[in-house]
Amino acid sequence: MNGMREIWRNLSLRSFRVWQRDLDVYLTNWKTEFLPPLSEPILYVFAFGFGLGSLIHSVRYEGRELTYLRFMAPGIVAVAIMFWSYFETTYSSFVRMYYQRTFDAILATPLLVEDVILGELLWGATKAVIASTIMLGVLSLLGLVSWPAGLWVIPLSVVAGVMFSALGLVITSVTKNISSFNLPMFLMVMPMFMFSGTFFPVSILPRWAFAIAWCLPLTHVSYLVRAAVLGWPRGPLIWSVLYILALAAALSALALKLMKRRLIQ
Amino acid sequence: MASRGLKPAIVARELTKRYGDLEAVRGVSFEVGTGEIVGFLGPNGAGKTTTVRMLSCFLPPTTGTASIHDVDVRERPRDVKRLIGVCPQEDNLDPDFHVMKNLLVYGRYFGLPHRVVRDRALELLAFVALSDKAHAPIASLSGGMKRRLVLARALLNEPRVLILDEPTTGLDPQARHAIWTRIRNLRSHGTTVLLTTHYMEEATQLCDRVVVMDGGRILLEGAPLELVEHEVGRTVVEAWNYAEDFVSFLRTLPGRLEEVGDRLYFYPEESDHVERLFDQRFPRQERLIRRATLEDVFLKLTGRALRE
Repeated sequence: MNGMREIWRNLSLRSFRVWQRDLDVYLTNWKTEFLPPLSEPILYVFAFGFGLGSLIHSVRYEGRELTYLRFMAPGIVAVAIMFWSYFETTYSSFVRMYYQRTFDAILATPLLVEDVILGELLWGATKAVIASTIMLGVLSLLGLVSWPAGLWVIPLSVVAGVMFSALGLVITSVTKNISSFNLPMFLMVMPMFMFSGTFFPVSILPRWAFAIAWCLPLTHVSYLVRAAVLGWPRGPLIWSVLYILALAAALSALALKLMKRRLIQ
Repeated sequence: MASRGLKPAIVARELTKRYGDLEAVRGVSFEVGTGEIVGFLGPNGAGKTTTVRMLSCFLPPTTGTASIHDVDVRERPRDVKRLIGVCPQEDNLDPDFHVMKNLLVYGRYFGLPHRVVRDRALELLAFVALSDKAHAPIASLSGGMKRRLVLARALLNEPRVLILDEPTTGLDPQARHAIWTRIRNLRSHGTTVLLTTHYMEEATQLCDRVVVMDGGRILLEGAPLELVEHEVGRTVVEAWNYAEDFVSFLRTLPGRLEEVGDRLYFYPEESDHVERLFDQRFPRQERLIRRATLEDVFLKLTGRALRE
C-alpha cells in the first residue's frame, strides 16, 4: 500500500509528454494509421451485415425487432474500442519498452516511471477514441447511427479505452517476450470478441453462459455502445457504467503497480 | 578521495544494490569533484553500470545514499535528472523520428520551450558534426553518428554532470577520437563527467582519475599515470619462446614475474638497465620491453580469468 501511495504522489501532468510523443509518431504515419479504422467497419458491414445478415431475418433485442445489420453495427464499434486500446498497450508498448528502449530514454529526463506508464495508458485510450470516432462516421454514412445519442460513444470510449489499455499494460507487465501475447489473446481477447453481445444478443445464451458473459468487460461496453448508437437508453445502464468505471480505475492502479515493478529492478 | 580540491559534484556513500541473493554493488563510496572527469573501470559484472544507474535515478539503491550537487537521488529524482545528462550503454534513439525530431521531442521531456530546444539542437548538431543529417532517419546513421547524436541529446538540458556508460564501445578509432575531443571540450567548459569504459587507453586519455571496480566493490582509485607507476612500475617486459634459464635469470632480479599461457610478464622494480642487461645475457631472447599501462594495472587487480 505504501508503494501505491508513492505511485499516486509521483503521477503528474508530465505524462502528457509521453502521450504527445506517441501522438507525434501516429501523425507521422497517419496515412497508414487512418486506413484500418476506416476499412474495418466497411468489411464487417459487408461480411456480417449484408452476408450473414441476409440469412437472419431479424434480431429481437430489448423487446424490439431490428435488422441484423442495425444490431451488429454498435458491436463492431465496441470491438474496435477494445482492440485498438488493448493492442496499443500490449504489442506496441512492448516494442517501445523492449526493442526500442524508448522508456529508458524518457526515464533519463525529469519524467518518472509513473509518468511513462500513465502516458502510455492514456495514449492507448486515445487510440480507442480515434478508432471509434472514425467508425461512427462511417456507420453514420450508412445510416446506422442515431444522432445525437450516438455522441455518447465518445465519452464511453474514453472510459472503456482506459479500461482495455490498462488491461493491456497489466498483461505487458508480466510478458517476457512478444510471442507470449498470443496466450491472453486466444484465452481472453478472442472469447470476449465473440461472446460479449457483439454479434448476437447474450440473452440467447444458456443461463450459465449468460452469467459468464455479463462478467466480461466487453459485454458492458457493447451494451452501452448499442444503447447510444441505437438511441435506446433502455435497461439498467447505470450498472454497466459503474462496472466499467470501477474496472477502469482498478486496472489502471494495477497497471501502474505492475509496470513500475517491471520497469524498475 | 582526492577530487581536485573542488566542491564535489557527485557524492556516493555506501551504495549497495541487491537482487535477491545477488549483491551487484556492495558498499561503494566515492566523490567526483566539479569539473573532474572520472572513469569507472572493471570487468563485466563489476557493478559499474549498476552504480551509474543508481546515480542517474534509474534504479533505487538498496541501501546507502547518493547526491548530485547536493540533490539526493532518492528524494528528488526529477531535480537530479534535470542536472544530469545521460548517455546509456545501448543507443535508445527514437527510430520513429528523424535526427532533429529526436532532439525536439527529448527537449519537451525537460519542459523546455520549443524555440530554446530548437536553437540548442542546431548548436549541438553542429558540435557533434551532424548538421547535414538533421532530417535523416535514425536507421540511416552509422554507429559513430548514433553515438554522437546520443551525446548531443544528453547535452540538450545543459547538464552540469554528464554520465556516460561506455560511450565509445564498438566505435572505430576515428569515431572514438571524435567523441573524446568533445568530452575534453566539455570539461574545459566546466562540465563534470563520469564515464565507464573497458578501454584503458580511453581512461588514460580522458580521465583525471580512475576508479577500478570488481565484484561490486571499489578496488582502487587514483590518477591514471600515478596508479600505473605505483601499482606496476614504469616498465613491462613481455617474453615468448623462452627457456627455463631465462625464467631463472628473471627470478634473480627484483620485480614481479607472471607466466600467462605461453607468455612471460616481468615487472622490474628497477627499469633503467633492464634492456642492456637482456642484451648482454640473452641477446636472442624474443621479447618486448614497453612502458607499463593502465591495462597492466587493471589485469593485476582484477586477474586474467574470463568473466563471462
